[in-house]
Amino acid sequence: MKLNSFKIKTSLAAGAVFAILSVSMVSCGGGGGSTSGSDSSAKSSSDDNALIGAGSSFDYPLFSKMFSEYNKSNGLKVNYQSVGSGAGISQLTNKTVDFGASDAPMNGKQDSAVTAPVIHIPVTAGAVVLSYNLPEVKDTLQLSPEVLADIFLGKITKWNDPKIAAINKGAKLPATSIVIAHRSDGSGTSNIFTTYLSKVSEEWMTKVGKGSSVNWPVGLGGKGNEGVAGLIKQTPGAIGYIELAYAIQNAMAYAKVQNKAGNFITPSIASVTAAANISIPPDSKVSLTNTEAADGYPISGFSWVLIYKEQKYNDRSSDRAAKLLKLISWAIHDGQQYSGALNYAPLSPAAVAVGDALLKSATYDSKPILQ
Amino acid sequence: MDTSVENGLVTRSDLPLRVSNSKTPEAIVKAKQRIRRSFRQIRTENVFKRTLVIMGIVMVILVMGILLTLIVQSLPSIKALGPKYLWGRVWDPVQDIYGAWPFLLGTLLSSFLALIISIPFSIAVAIFLGEYYPKGWLPDLLKNTVELIAAVPSVIYGFWGLAVLVPIVRNLESHIGVEPIGVGIFSSSLILAVMIIPYAASLGRSMIQMVPSPLKEAAYGLGATRWEVIRSVVLPYTKSGLFAGILLSLGRALGETMAVTMVIGNTSIIPKNIFAPGNTMASVIANEFTEADKAVYLSALIELGLVLFLVTVVINMIGKRIIDRFTND
Repeated sequence: MKLNSFKIKTSLAAGAVFAILSVSMVSCGGGGGSTSGSDSSAKSSSDDNALIGAGSSFDYPLFSKMFSEYNKSNGLKVNYQSVGSGAGISQLTNKTVDFGASDAPMNGKQDSAVTAPVIHIPVTAGAVVLSYNLPEVKDTLQLSPEVLADIFLGKITKWNDPKIAAINKGAKLPATSIVIAHRSDGSGTSNIFTTYLSKVSEEWMTKVGKGSSVNWPVGLGGKGNEGVAGLIKQTPGAIGYIELAYAIQNAMAYAKVQNKAGNFITPSIASVTAAANISIPPDSKVSLTNTEAADGYPISGFSWVLIYKEQKYNDRSSDRAAKLLKLISWAIHDGQQYSGALNYAPLSPAAVAVGDALLKSATYDSKPILQ
Repeated sequence: MDTSVENGLVTRSDLPLRVSNSKTPEAIVKAKQRIRRSFRQIRTENVFKRTLVIMGIVMVILVMGILLTLIVQSLPSIKALGPKYLWGRVWDPVQDIYGAWPFLLGTLLSSFLALIISIPFSIAVAIFLGEYYPKGWLPDLLKNTVELIAAVPSVIYGFWGLAVLVPIVRNLESHIGVEPIGVGIFSSSLILAVMIIPYAASLGRSMIQMVPSPLKEAAYGLGATRWEVIRSVVLPYTKSGLFAGILLSLGRALGETMAVTMVIGNTSIIPKNIFAPGNTMASVIANEFTEADKAVYLSALIELGLVLFLVTVVINMIGKRIIDRFTND
């Protein structure tokens, strides 16, 4: 009898183990890609003094500085997961984070996936620069939109091509072939760059298009800014696009690009802020690429913080919602002082004004949060 | 399960039987204690056995669960793209066209090339350590160094490859007249070859050490030289083990991600030769998964994982068949 009961017990235990396993398998199967955030949100929902954000890796260095400063003065902890813009949006869609951050506004498909309206608040601006490896060329290389598109389409293959020579008079261009380096991972940087090329080149628009990953007609892929920078540094005759901040920090050579007004603009914090000094629509979802501003660098873009317009969802407290909005409001005002030192472009006054209006439109239980 | 219980009783039945004849009270108590103790032993035995069975089943469930998850999650892409996915040559996330052929080709090309490069080294190390110098400080050093190769994180191989190996390969390429890019399938195969040597070498070494010495002594006794002993006794005796080690290292090469993605050039254009840049399935998944913002795109990436899984299974099955044939003759 004893033996029998023991046998039953063990088989029950074994059954329980299988049941747990199979349940976890099934939940993995159904849950989709982003399960990583759910644990932390469950834990912190009881702790209203810690907010969770996820998204753009471009924003990460700035956010860590901003949030640590904010923590010193307000004691609010912010846990920001630098998982990439797309993953940040899907975590916000699944309501596992308080805010998302993205280098591109949500597209149609992402918009239809969320159950409630999301507002985009511009938080910083960055630029994508063309870095190159031409030891012979002493002056800064100049590029026009047409030449740039032709290079990345694989139509211009040598550095001494007449089209390049025509806009770089006096420069000693070598007869070496052009090696193109692009991002291999999906990224907001690629999105800004391909959006720009799509705007300036009809052929690029139809052949390749814009997106965080595209089907590159030519070139080598490097993972992350460091991967592309590595390829450029190592390969003579290479050209590739990287973030402005990364190029400045690593003292890499980068080209002047001709903007819509016809001026060749050196990418810098000032010229990026200038690019954002245009009329910004009330929803702030504007691409700064190919800017109208005469002294603006044409391959720039905003980075946005994304939050739900109605902050009462799941079991969020009004306190938590207020803390989140205060944090973002601080980030677009006082927080901007930290951008310069980290090579981010501070928001233009126009962008801050739009951001303020958007923040005021956020509600908790249909009542405005910020006065 | 019952048989083991019965076995336990049968093996100990002589004790209680003998006691039942004498029938003194103390003897009965002792007998009961013995029975209780033997029940306890049987129970421990059963618990141990069951733990083993459960662990085994958990592993099977885990692998089946992964396969199931991959299939379920790639259904949208299988529905949308059909079997053309496997031989499609264009991977264009913007227009939702997904073809895995360039990555399938890149994976197989880089892995098998790496295997071919690594085999001479791993077999040589295995013979040196297993047969020539099994003991001593130099073989110990070599053995530990080879095992350390397996312990180095792959991202370090990637950086080393990018900083040291790629310029050397570029130099080589400019001498033999191909486009001197440096990164490409050849560079990634070299890195992979270094990374997979320890798997085949370690297994090969222990196999060679297990060759019974009477066999070798008999060969020496017949006047065979060391090379002849290795060729006609050691290698034939250990070939299935050596092959198993090579198979293990091939599996490692197929799935390696980080080091490969750093030196392969990551382009979805079909490679024209082994020096051309390419891409592997594992590195595409690692590169594009975080920013896959469309349902079909995400699903196509997961299907890539499914294809990689199946390729590994098929290669392992073929390998098992070859090992079986080796051991049969």
